[in-house]
Amino acid sequence: MYVAVKGGERAIQNSYELIAEARRGDPAHAELTLDQIKQQMRLAVDRVMTEGSVYDADLAALALKQAAGDIAEAVFLLRAFRATLPRFGYTEPLDTSRMRLWRRVSATFKDLPGGQILGPTYDYTQRLLDFSLSEPASSAVAAESGDGKAEPVPGVLSLIEQEGLIEPQEPAAGDPDPTDLTREPLRFPAARPVRLQNLARGDEGFLLAMGYSTQRGYSHTHPFAGEIRFGVLEVEIVPEELGFAVPIGEIALTECQMVNQFAGSAIEPPKFTRGYGLAFGHCERKAMAMALVDRALRAGELGESAEAPAQKQEFVLSHSDSLEASGFVQHLKLPHYVDFQSELELVRKMRARR
Amino acid sequence: MRDVNYNFGYLDERTKRMIRRAILKAVAIPGYQVPFGSREMPLPYGWGTGGIQVTASVIGPNDVLKVIDQGADDTVNAVNIRRFFQRTTGVTTTQRTADATLIQTRHRIPETPLTERQTIIYQVPVPEPLQRLEPRELETRRMHALAEYGLMHVKLYEDIARYGHVAATYDYPVMVNGRYLMAPSPIPKFDNPKMSMNPALQLFGAGREKRIYAVPPYTKVESLAFDDHPFEVQRWTAACALCGSRSSFLDEIVTDDRGGRMFVCSDTDYCGSRQSGKEEAA
Repeated sequence: MYVAVKGGERAIQNSYELIAEARRGDPAHAELTLDQIKQQMRLAVDRVMTEGSVYDADLAALALKQAAGDIAEAVFLLRAFRATLPRFGYTEPLDTSRMRLWRRVSATFKDLPGGQILGPTYDYTQRLLDFSLSEPASSAVAAESGDGKAEPVPGVLSLIEQEGLIEPQEPAAGDPDPTDLTREPLRFPAARPVRLQNLARGDEGFLLAMGYSTQRGYSHTHPFAGEIRFGVLEVEIVPEELGFAVPIGEIALTECQMVNQFAGSAIEPPKFTRGYGLAFGHCERKAMAMALVDRALRAGELGESAEAPAQKQEFVLSHSDSLEASGFVQHLKLPHYVDFQSELELVRKMRARR
Repeated sequence: MRDVNYNFGYLDERTKRMIRRAILKAVAIPGYQVPFGSREMPLPYGWGTGGIQVTASVIGPNDVLKVIDQGADDTVNAVNIRRFFQRTTGVTTTQRTADATLIQTRHRIPETPLTERQTIIYQVPVPEPLQRLEPRELETRRMHALAEYGLMHVKLYEDIARYGHVAATYDYPVMVNGRYLMAPSPIPKFDNPKMSMNPALQLFGAGREKRIYAVPPYTKVESLAFDDHPFEVQRWTAACALCGSRSSFLDEIVTDDRGGRMFVCSDTDYCGSRQSGKEEAA
């Protein structure tokens, strides 16, 4: 009956209580603490910080707890929290060669200054379910050399940059302030700093699929993983009243420098080009996928044809954000009685005419 | 009443100023989509974030707010948005169209005519009327700049050639002030004529697509049509089963599993006040 749509207020209130109950699960089991999430679900925390665009492990852990482990929902909570925060200032550019490394690998050189550091990685594990983890361990694991390497290690690509074999990595002419995508809308055509911001906030699954497509013939960019590094770096700001840089803390970052072929053009000799990926915390899959997509999106400026989806900036940048995508897909469950009524009437009219 | 942990209307004042500037530009260029720095709101994109940001930027402590979805005040998302503004502004809310100064709506224009002292704010999912014909924004922006709307006319012509009539029933494209092609948001085309020369200010907010546009009071809004295929609105053979109205938009309610149907007003305030008026007369 018509009363079916009434009582929305009470129904919503009940749904709040039900979701709280479902989140908590059986109260016979201990409640999750934020420290447990931060310590033992660090990769989920890192992903939520990256896509949520806030470097705060406590807030990310809280978001994960509140979202019952749903990454997209946790990212949403964090983004909504950050949206109205004031801007106190902007940090100095980070020099990632000064990173205190926990992990650093290159697929392009066997040995190199600073060495290959595997660090904490699942890469060479055998993916066998470890049944010993199903019960709490009696003693803690102590790994050798868990701490980061202190001395600066230059990026791998600087080695071939000296020979001029790869394009230099330089700021745009005049080093303009980048657009802040969280304050200003995305406009097309989007310059590379804007594209990189969008990709850094973009959904990992989406970027992974787009990056993957470039490896399967939809814009082949001949990528090599020049370097992937993960470690911590000091963040500095220059307070106006001081006039010099002061460190305000440390953040962990994953950076990927992808090396790609470039055939050269009438005015330029063949050389390698770059794709770049950067993420908070330890997000290697994200950083690598981002670097592939970044390179694919540079098709226009490198004079390549842009036919594949990953090369089309309107396609990629308009669909990368999990908040926008998740919201609009799921809004279909909101009432559409009026539109549907209009369509019902139209279909009946069209059938009557046959 | 108001939650003092949040700024009045949730948004910070600098964000409100940015949105008000976009609104002023939108009012100055009727039907033109103004890009704005849409914020991530505590409700999902696609659930009214554009309308919410516009409402949050224009609402004052003396406003009286009405929120509807599908014409009804009590649909769940309308309830949620109304609660959001009660919590963040503490303003008086109402279900009566005539008492409201601000009306935030999804998919309907109230049946009760609006007045000069009212502002109606539409939630817009897709602000670009040409998007389904040309997804590239660089292209559609050029078309708007040149007022080159042949693509839409061809689409309507093809509908007529194939079906004998235009196959659009909601979000039916309109020309505003004889210049810009505009998406009226997914209101039924039944509501399109109400937009034209309306005494109220009409504001449109698209949060996910980050666009604001407007139809100022007393502005001409024409639904696209051809001379030999004039624009027509939906008509029902039935009257509202509750209030007997023959001039309002009716929702079809399934009453049983044997094909039973009844038709009732989608505008719950309009229907309710007609019913109570009848009771008083009786």
